[in-house]
Amino acid sequence: MAATEQPTRPQNGEGVFPYFTAAAAVLILLLTGSILLVVLWGAWPAWQAFGPAFLTTSIWDPVQNLYGAIPAVFGTLITSLLALALAGPLGIGTAIFLSELAPPWLKKPASFTVELLAAVPSVVFGLWGLFVLAPWFRVGPGQFLEDNLGFLPLFQGPSLGIGVLTAGLVLAMMILPTITAISREVIRAVPQELREAMFALGSTRWEMIAKVVLPTSKVGITGALLLGLGRSLGEAIAVTMVIGNANLIPASLLAPAQTIASLIVNEFPEAFDLQLSALLLLGLLLFIITLAVNMVAVWLVHRTAQGIPSSKEKRRGKKLTPRRCLGDGH
Amino acid sequence: MATKKMRKATGSLLEFACLLSALLVLLALCLILYYIFRRGIGAINIPFLISLPTPVGEPGGGIGNALIGSALMVALGSLLAIPFGIAAAIYLDQNPRTRLAAATRFANRVLTGVPSLIIGLFVFTVLVLRTGNYSALAGGIALAVMMIPVITLSAEEMLRLVPGSLREASLALGASKKQTVLMLILPAATGGLVVGIMLAVALAAGQTAPVLLTALTSRFWLENLNQTSASLPVLIYNYASSPFPDWQEQAWGAALVLVATILILNVTAQLFVVLRNRRH
Repeated sequence: MAATEQPTRPQNGEGVFPYFTAAAAVLILLLTGSILLVVLWGAWPAWQAFGPAFLTTSIWDPVQNLYGAIPAVFGTLITSLLALALAGPLGIGTAIFLSELAPPWLKKPASFTVELLAAVPSVVFGLWGLFVLAPWFRVGPGQFLEDNLGFLPLFQGPSLGIGVLTAGLVLAMMILPTITAISREVIRAVPQELREAMFALGSTRWEMIAKVVLPTSKVGITGALLLGLGRSLGEAIAVTMVIGNANLIPASLLAPAQTIASLIVNEFPEAFDLQLSALLLLGLLLFIITLAVNMVAVWLVHRTAQGIPSSKEKRRGKKLTPRRCLGDGH
Repeated sequence: MATKKMRKATGSLLEFACLLSALLVLLALCLILYYIFRRGIGAINIPFLISLPTPVGEPGGGIGNALIGSALMVALGSLLAIPFGIAAAIYLDQNPRTRLAAATRFANRVLTGVPSLIIGLFVFTVLVLRTGNYSALAGGIALAVMMIPVITLSAEEMLRLVPGSLREASLALGASKKQTVLMLILPAATGGLVVGIMLAVALAAGQTAPVLLTALTSRFWLENLNQTSASLPVLIYNYASSPFPDWQEQAWGAALVLVATILILNVTAQLFVVLRNRRH
């Protein structure tokens, strides 16, 4: 019976189903919008109290209720740029190895291993950084820098183990998998014909990589670096555990400092009124910075994936990969 | 022009540098896993897994309530995020070119890039500040917000992998769009959806900042969802930052439990993908 009825009423079989799915899509829009609005709303009292001066003040003093963003913003930028400087070359090198140089049987397991590093939770990186990396760094490289380069303003002061440089190291480890995995995807999208053409012209493997693969995927790799940067800017717990949490502009790379995220984690549980609002204003600042970095990054990665001629053919036959399961941001 | 020997030598040198960086990345992962295993394994035994924390100085004490708290909050997050994410993905799959679809995709991209800390701030302001107390419920909701974009993105990809011929065949037989989605597309994509969900669960289980700002922590069993709740990541954070050696020891034990859970989820998902691709 049902089988004979349905073809006659194809429109009526839908019920509320289409509305339900559309509502879910609308809710995602609303959710994203409301995150921005709620943080904005929470930050408003602090903005009224300090105005643009918040961005140019370098005092953070809960006792006198005076708040400025400079130390935290500076700490955030310096640790993240350090991490990018360390992880960028390593990540790109690893991506080249995984996509161009490694023997075929090694490619998949090795890529998967790198992606496992991305699955390790932030707090575990922090634990490891605090109890393994920091003590080693204090007596090893830190001591070396203190003894031999201490005359430079960059490496002034005692080597404490925790501080800006250690935070940069931990962040570098955390963003390595992001940079590697996305660079690898972008490099893999370079058409095989281009590689073969280079070999046919008599180039060595490295010349092929340096003159064809890297220039073709340059924009996408920049996107991968920016995605890594976005991840490190917003990283909270691991940094909080190793940066030393001092509310001032660090005198050197060995000194303790504070990032926007670590400041929020440290002071949020006890904060109220103006301090709470000031922290939310910092959060808003972080939101805007990471949003801008991420959007440029996604746009760049997307553009390369589309801009390379034969990648479309490749995509048609695409297989299920865990990378696709997570999207570009992870 | 450089001689052929020179060109080859330069190439080998730079290729070696790439090999070295790959080895270094591998070394980093091994170092982390090695230390977590070595320092964590000593702390783990059955009482550690099932008992409450003890006050400082008292021997014993465990992570039982943190395990339960984490499991409950992740389950709550999944319960909210999975239907929501898959429904949104069905919309995107069925109406790929509408303006709403474009806007939703964009919002999803933005949401994946939002630092987890900001999501914690959001749920704190909306729920904790309003109701006046930290709660496991707020923690679960924060985790749901983290999981939604991940599940939506993966589910959309997985639904798109279902061949168009299958959909057309179903519609040609007179099935409605709803029937096609529920009885054909979803079952065909189940495997992929499960992989995406497992990865989202692994992501949520390791979150510290959003849970810290919404569920805080607790040293007792969770009795209802309106209480503060302990969780594994927050316990690791608190114990690691404490000055007491036996707490620090327990932090390593908890880290081993957490990392093992997350890696098992990831490896299972990966094996599933490999087996599935081989079959096709």
